Amino acid sequence: MIPSTFDYTAPSSLDEALKLLHDLGDDAKVLAGGHSLIPMMKLRFAEPEHLIDLNNIPGLSYLKIEGGMLKIGAMTREVETEESAEVAVHFPIFADVAKLIADPQVRNFGTLGGNLAHGDAANDQPAVMLALDASVEIAGLDGRRTVGIDDFFYGFYSTAVQEGEILTEILIPIPSGRSGNAYHKVERKVGDYATGGVAVHLEMDEQGICTKAGIGLTNVNPTPLRAVRSEAALVGTSLDDAAIASAAQYASEDCNPSTDLRGDIDYKRHIIRAVTKKMINKAKQLAFKN
Amino acid sequence: MKKEITLKINGEEFTKEVEPRTLLVHFIREDIGMTGTHIGCDTSSCGACTILIDGKSAKSCTILAVQAAGKEITTVEGIATTEGVHPIQEGFKENHGLHCGFCTPGMMLRAIELLEKNPDPTEEEIRWGISGNLCRCTGYNNIVKSIIYAGAKLRGDELPSTEPVFVE
Repeated sequence: MIPSTFDYTAPSSLDEALKLLHDLGDDAKVLAGGHSLIPMMKLRFAEPEHLIDLNNIPGLSYLKIEGGMLKIGAMTREVETEESAEVAVHFPIFADVAKLIADPQVRNFGTLGGNLAHGDAANDQPAVMLALDASVEIAGLDGRRTVGIDDFFYGFYSTAVQEGEILTEILIPIPSGRSGNAYHKVERKVGDYATGGVAVHLEMDEQGICTKAGIGLTNVNPTPLRAVRSEAALVGTSLDDAAIASAAQYASEDCNPSTDLRGDIDYKRHIIRAVTKKMINKAKQLAFKN
Repeated sequence: MKKEITLKINGEEFTKEVEPRTLLVHFIREDIGMTGTHIGCDTSSCGACTILIDGKSAKSCTILAVQAAGKEITTVEGIATTEGVHPIQEGFKENHGLHCGFCTPGMMLRAIELLEKNPDPTEEEIRWGISGNLCRCTGYNNIVKSIIYAGAKLRGDELPSTEPVFVE
């Protein structure tokens, strides 16, 4: 399978890329890791007339802690988030999630920015970003703006990144005090999209009372879904079994899965209930260790 | 509109004109004429097209040839030296790590990066490490054995037994 004809430019600065993108309008697509876009182009689901390759632009790939935030450059490869000891201190969830994204070769190229900007509810990172309450920086010719993750996913393959814009950075607040986070998905085979996946981030005070809870769900809604009622069911509790059971139950009720090759609706709700419970427990245990 | 690219494959420099839509695997096989890199599923699932780009294992069916401009590529043709086969090749040979051999170039290139990052992996780490490479003949036991053998060889440790393991 070979993509249809297109023109290709690999600019060496972000400004140059933004100008090109502005001039070419929606005839152009931005190429990051390419492991979602190129398969779509090979299947001719996407037929851009021009590809703007970001891989030669310096300064878009980094992991740093600054001003109480973990800042991740949009072109940072999945493998780098998976292997970073600095990231693992506060966010062991990255090692959980990266291991479940496709396979090592894909993670060598796939980028965190591309994973989010693709806007696919079947991708795993969006649920993690919801749980961690991330925000993203988006650059355009007029400057940069920051969008909270709850306002980022618009619909099927549609995000807050507008025509002429490029996602440049992901910002994640460093948790204060004791925290834990974890991700798991049920998949039919290694590297498959999730039948259902759950990301959980918890923070607690010295008495073990939950002060903050973030729960994101993968592939059980047209967009990545925040389990709002589940989060509320945990905050203010000691994360006892009853609170965890209600949070898991709410997540299974509030998601909107559809029947497909991976299973029917009831099965997927069951998976979400089971995995939510498991991930809350895992995050809770990690928080107690901190 | 064709683009001129210059890249190194197995240490040798090539300059060619390519269409931007040319996939790297087609470029290597058809424009360069090295057919050791295979095309299996053509959907980045099977790993038969795995090569190294600047030392990182990559699925060359999902990368454009133009993206490889300025890079150093290693294919299966480039891993043996004048001194003999690469330890991973020896591992596959000694442990019957292949049957039809179609997945083998990709398996070996992937294993080379795996062993570089993790010189003494556990069996579980190897199985996760080759989760992007499918074999449809042998099952994976002898492939895992081959990689364990190559790891030992690369570390200079005592080589594990190559005797077949029979499961009762």
